Amino acid sequence: MAGVSNGHDGSSFKMPSIKFTKLFINGQFVHSISGKEFETIDPRTEEVITKVAEGAKEDIDVAVKAARVAFDYGPWPRMPGAERGRIMMKWAELIEQHVEEIAALDAINAGKLYHILKGGEIPGAARTIRYYAGAADKIHGEVLKAGREFHAYTLMEPIGVVGLIIPWNFPSIMFVGKVAPALAAGCTIVLKPAEQTPLSALFYAHLAKQAGIPDGVLNVVPGFGSTAGAAICSHMDIDKVSFTGSTEVGREVMRAAANSNLKPVSLELGGKSPLLVFDDADVDTAAQIALLGVIFNKGEICVAGSRVFVQEGIYDEFEKKLVEKAKAWVVGDPFDPKVQQGPQVNKKQFEKILSYIEHGKREGATLLTGGKRIGNKGYYIEPTIFSNVKEDMQVVQDEIFGPVMVLKKFKTIEEAITSANNTKYGLASGIVTKNLDIANTVSRSIRAGIVWINCYFAFGDDIPYGGYKMSGFGRDFGLEALHKYLQVKSVVTPIYNSPWL
Amino acid sequence: MAFSLRISRLISRSFSSTSLLSRGGSGYLGSGHCKYSTAAATEEEPIKPSVQVEHTQLLIDGKFVDAASGKTFPTLDPRTGEVIANVAEGKSEDVDRAVAAARKAFDHGPWPKMTAYERQRILLRIADLVEKHNDEIAALETWDNGKPYEQSSKIEIPMLVRLIRYYAGWADKIHGLTVPADGPYHVQTLHEPIGVAGQIIPWNFPLLMFGWKVGPALACGNTIVIKTAEQTPLSALYVAQLFHEAGLPPGVLNVVSGFGPTAGAALASHMEVDKLAFTGSTDTGKVVLELAAKSNLKPVTLELGGKSPFIVCEDADVDQAVELAHFALFFNQGQCCCAGSRTFVHESVYDEFVEKAKARALKRVVGDPFKGGIEQGPQIDSEQFEKILRYIRSGVENGATLETGGDRLGNKGFYIQPTVFSNVKDGMPIAKEEIFGPVQTILKFKDLGEVVQRANNSRYGLAAGIFTQNIDTANSLTRALRVGTVWTNCFDTFDAAIPFGGYKMSGQGREKGEYSLKNYLQVKAVVTSLKNPAWL
Repeated sequence: MAGVSNGHDGSSFKMPSIKFTKLFINGQFVHSISGKEFETIDPRTEEVITKVAEGAKEDIDVAVKAARVAFDYGPWPRMPGAERGRIMMKWAELIEQHVEEIAALDAINAGKLYHILKGGEIPGAARTIRYYAGAADKIHGEVLKAGREFHAYTLMEPIGVVGLIIPWNFPSIMFVGKVAPALAAGCTIVLKPAEQTPLSALFYAHLAKQAGIPDGVLNVVPGFGSTAGAAICSHMDIDKVSFTGSTEVGREVMRAAANSNLKPVSLELGGKSPLLVFDDADVDTAAQIALLGVIFNKGEICVAGSRVFVQEGIYDEFEKKLVEKAKAWVVGDPFDPKVQQGPQVNKKQFEKILSYIEHGKREGATLLTGGKRIGNKGYYIEPTIFSNVKEDMQVVQDEIFGPVMVLKKFKTIEEAITSANNTKYGLASGIVTKNLDIANTVSRSIRAGIVWINCYFAFGDDIPYGGYKMSGFGRDFGLEALHKYLQVKSVVTPIYNSPWL
Repeated sequence: MAFSLRISRLISRSFSSTSLLSRGGSGYLGSGHCKYSTAAATEEEPIKPSVQVEHTQLLIDGKFVDAASGKTFPTLDPRTGEVIANVAEGKSEDVDRAVAAARKAFDHGPWPKMTAYERQRILLRIADLVEKHNDEIAALETWDNGKPYEQSSKIEIPMLVRLIRYYAGWADKIHGLTVPADGPYHVQTLHEPIGVAGQIIPWNFPLLMFGWKVGPALACGNTIVIKTAEQTPLSALYVAQLFHEAGLPPGVLNVVSGFGPTAGAALASHMEVDKLAFTGSTDTGKVVLELAAKSNLKPVTLELGGKSPFIVCEDADVDQAVELAHFALFFNQGQCCCAGSRTFVHESVYDEFVEKAKARALKRVVGDPFKGGIEQGPQIDSEQFEKILRYIRSGVENGATLETGGDRLGNKGFYIQPTVFSNVKDGMPIAKEEIFGPVQTILKFKDLGEVVQRANNSRYGLAAGIFTQNIDTANSLTRALRVGTVWTNCFDTFDAAIPFGGYKMSGQGREKGEYSLKNYLQVKAVVTSLKNPAWL
């Protein structure tokens, strides 16, 4: 493992002071009602970065009230979409002006690579906001064929107050991926960021206010799932919940929605996504795609290609190249621009991943490379690859959410498809082949929300993604996401003597 | 936000009935302004515009160049008939050069090849830059066209900015479809830019028409050769320069000033132009379509003339109806293709309506368009001026009642008195033909069936206005009128997202909104045979 360097060694970056640690409700930063705070940790050092106000049920109540008033009486849903778009454009500009500061927040809070945040994720957040800003004045209903002498049309109305609960693995992208379409639609928002990564969300809220988003439209309440999150899901005055996180918690979210006001829910949950590599593939390219597919963002990505199936003709060569590449992978301080992988987000995740690795060994899988922590400070884990796995093994079935790949050989397309679909999840998938028929057949056969052919993680603002099966339902990104935050109202009235029907 | 709120308020003030009406029509009358009957405003020295004419050459391949012939033509100030500037006169050879530049920019240039997000960013920068230069551009527009400066600066240039931003937002949302097949095939449609677009625009809204044309074409990734009207070449050259400053690559937008029979015809019949969009008269539209047919069969969008009905129903509040009908006709000196130029009034309110329409026209403030509070400036040129006066004479000769107006105003420039005719009969030329001037013709009707039949008895079908509170009347008329736009209790509401275009001889195709993207996209169906598909 080259270039292991944890701690602050690689960092010449001047750490920003943490400006926002309170709840953002109705346009103000406020203490939690209980006065409680929780510690947010730097995963590189396991040290406390700062204390953050801990929102609980009573804070959610205040936030929902603010969002309710902003929706029921405020200017946001009442202004033209073009005007909402202009304000959002301004917000995107402000984010671009603060890229480095926000990137540093996500890096210290989530252990993510600073240079990727600065060059990719944070500018990407601005781009996503611009995408939905441009969509705000393009929300079209339809005029319908009523079948009789009626004039009928649909109004696409903002759904109301939306509760958004986002995870810690992509604090910025998940934030804008939910907030931007909801704002474009004219909704007001109560958002709970993950307790691990509350800092960038509060910064975004501050910039939103500067951009002119009216008070009460965007409320950010840091806190824990079992308290603040649960309060959102079971709130009687929230009209919609969109959640990204684990499948287990997704179930709780949906149950709480069902038990309260039957609010519609969209869930973007776990995955155990397959990558299928066929004999005709360029082996080097395929190995590169496979490694990145599981190791990007330390494997803390719901769409990770964590099950890799390789056709027998190239299997041996592929395995060899893959292991070489994994060994050359640089793990270390995320502020070091040479580093390709930072620490896992926290102790709990770190220990969970290591226990899965141990379990894989006990189950009889072959550990090709990795398998251990790196150093003795911080949550760094070696890129880890198992081969000779059986499909019922836990390391093959469960979402590990770390840099752990399982590798398996297959003979025929049919076998590959069966294996790929042999999972409770259905979030993403990848195919590496040059053959058009294989690409098309497999694309239609895999039961997953996105198929990447000869690429992986090719996300885009206009490209919706979300899950089949227990990976959830509903889509984030694209115009599909906008529709999550809209109600459809049909309006019907009789007409007389119409020259056409 | 404050800025855009301001704009929308200003637009709604002039464009929406309610706020206009709340001012009772007298909101524009400030002290010191003269009503048309005194004509004093036109006898003063014209106000000097606060802008210099910087660009008079053709804009080809990102550079300002002289016409190949070296020729120029004068562009005139409609307030005085005097020359503002001499402008390079593009002809066939110049159109060839411009098309070659556009062709190169399309076939080899970065524009169609860059990401839609990058195109969006450039369009947004363009909008910012135009917004920054709002007042200079508006001054140029008013100088060359004669429309009130307040209208240019507070409505039209902000609308241009809004339009560019609107289409910027489309750039990354242009979707093809995946299409079901009857057998084992994977089918998708690619929406590709159509190529080099030729665009010919009129003089009545020089920059709005410019925006309607270039906005969607650029968002889709096309390159453009645009010919401006010979009456109003200046503002487009200024704005096109800003497009380049904002980062539009050279050759993507080429602006050729010149005349229809030479430059316009060359563009319409060019073999290397993939698409033509024209806004202008129905007669010229016919020629354009014919030239396209005779050359390379390029698809054509036409936005042509109109004789749009404005229907005042029996339940109408007469004061409000009069104000809106007045606005529908007199806005922009009556020089609107969609002007509500046939005012149909129900017999039960007809007499009151005529009296009040006359009174409103008498109050209309005509004068130097650079003066604050002016509602009406001069007509565009002597040809239009003479044509309108001829129509007025024909109205009188045919027995229509001239309620007010009917003559020129002052003795300099192309000012015409706001004119109202009552007792107009359907067969009269003033009721059938497009006058394109400040001449309101009021017709009486008895019942809805009759007014539908009469309103549709026109070779045109561009727009219509309906004034009623009755939902059944509104719905019946809306469906029965054979026109491209129906405005109910409003008129000239021209948001970026609302498509606009004609039925019948008012043209073909739609501009603005999502619909306009279609004008500038090719649809390519891609069909691939499938092996063992999991579903069809």
